[in-house]
Amino acid sequence: MSSSANDFASNPLGTSITLEELYDAFELLDDWEDRYAFIIDLGKQLPPFPDAQRTEKNYVHGCQSQVWLIHHYDKESGKLLLLIDSDAIIVRGLAAIILLAFNNLTPTDLLATDIDKLFERLDLFRHISPTRGNGLRSMISKIRNIAAAEIA
Amino acid sequence: MSSVSTAKTAPPQFDVEAVRRDFPTLSQQVNGKPLVYLDNGASSQRPEAVLLAMDRYYREMHSNVHRGAHTLGDRATNAFESAREKVQKFLNAPSSRQIIWTRGATEAINLVANGLTEKLKPGDEILLSQMEHHANIVPWQILAERTGAKVVPIGVTPEGELDRESFHCLLGERTRILAFNHVSNALGTINPVADMVAKAKAQGVITLIDGAQAVPHFQVDVQALDCDFYVFSAHKMFGPTGIGILYGKADLLEAMPPWQGGGEMIERVSFAGTTYNTLPYKFEAGTPAVAEAVGLGAAIDYLASLDRGAMEAAENALLRRANDLVASVPGMTVVGTAANKVPVMSFTIEGLHPSDIGTLLDQQGIAVRTGHHCAMPLMEFYEIPGTARASFAFYNTLEEVEQLFTALRKIQSRFA
Ligand SMILES: Cc1ncc(COP(=O)(O)O)c(C=O)c1O
Repeated sequence: MSSSANDFASNPLGTSITLEELYDAFELLDDWEDRYAFIIDLGKQLPPFPDAQRTEKNYVHGCQSQVWLIHHYDKESGKLLLLIDSDAIIVRGLAAIILLAFNNLTPTDLLATDIDKLFERLDLFRHISPTRGNGLRSMISKIRNIAAAEIA
Repeated sequence: MSSVSTAKTAPPQFDVEAVRRDFPTLSQQVNGKPLVYLDNGASSQRPEAVLLAMDRYYREMHSNVHRGAHTLGDRATNAFESAREKVQKFLNAPSSRQIIWTRGATEAINLVANGLTEKLKPGDEILLSQMEHHANIVPWQILAERTGAKVVPIGVTPEGELDRESFHCLLGERTRILAFNHVSNALGTINPVADMVAKAKAQGVITLIDGAQAVPHFQVDVQALDCDFYVFSAHKMFGPTGIGILYGKADLLEAMPPWQGGGEMIERVSFAGTTYNTLPYKFEAGTPAVAEAVGLGAAIDYLASLDRGAMEAAENALLRRANDLVASVPGMTVVGTAANKVPVMSFTIEGLHPSDIGTLLDQQGIAVRTGHHCAMPLMEFYEIPGTARASFAFYNTLEEVEQLFTALRKIQSRFA
């Protein structure tokens, strides 16, 4: 079953919540506990992931936790809609940050987005570095491949 | 912990602070906090003595081994062969011919699985256990595929012990090989090796024991265990990476064909036919990891310099303290509660994924392993995606155990 536009309708990440808001909020948090509590709360903003989409095709490999990713290309607006789910609350929160950066952009804009820089600015880069092996790196490549395929 | 611990009248003294000073890696800050290293099951740290021995080897005596007509070559060969003798004594093996250098436990198991090809016919059975590390599963599956043999796992009890009934049922007519771990890396369970080996032997079954998680914690005597093969890796027992050991019974090693071909493993090479070197060199093709062998020898010397009975008692105290504190963390469940364990605690906490626990502990300077611990069949048995695992070494302190639980309580109350 392919995903429908409906699955993405209620996603606030990259639509009603913006990256600038994230930067501003993050600046006010000074200890690790508050930062992680914030990340985890952000993960709770992800809309429910449709159960029917928990398929092998949508599974992101290389994660310790179970991670799923689906997308929908909206022809009218030319924008790519994304949805991610994970059973680990921190991965879910980090996925929410990735969506803040990537969701609801045209594939061209998505490919031009420097996600590493964003994570560096938040001092979270180690979480998406290839050494961590939590799968976020493969999630990012998967999203970029999807965007590239829409352009091609 | 193990039966080797000596019963002493007074509690043995073990100066953990003095021992910690021998390990340079331990005295550093991580994420602004003093490092609490509880991932020893994945790889332990090295004492200064190991670093110095390897450094000295490279500075003063490096050359290729068994080749030279010169002084450095002699020195290197002496250092290399004397390390082999240390390993022989460490395991109480009858002869150093039976000590074969490998890259680690994984390579040692692959070597044996490869060497036993001729012993198997279609329908024969290789008995493993449900709690094996993938390193002691996949090589046997490859062997089974090649020979038409079948891999059969011994079951595990909910407490994380090998199921004796399952073992007795499965050890049968067709069993040719029995391979299992001395100590489970995921759970810490110490398995009854001598007893199981005796039962297998009575039926003529070849036995391999994966000792990767045993040798860091207690003394092993391969003659007392009477197993045919015993393997371990140096890096989990305070030695270097990239080197490990295969011990084997002489007759089996003699009968096994060489594994890799090359220099060193031959007696004479000609295009009319090649004859192989004697043990142990028959299995050591190519230039070996000499500095690493020397480092492993130094790790063995270092362990011998400690009171191992006192060390075991100290490790037991760490596990006891951890067990006592489990109830202080709401929703925490220990996976693997066998009566006989090394100081390893695998656990889950309700509302948190193991990877969440790992990340949040790391923020507090505490290193644990999370995930399936290369034991997916075991995780399948428990129906969990994985665990967080605190694996202690003798250089860990009771304060570090307290710190772990303080951190877990904080994580649980704030994030779960
Ligand atoms: C029980 C057990 N066997 C085998 C291995 C493999 O050891 P290595 O990777 O050093 O070859 C490990 C390592 O985690 C282990 O814990």
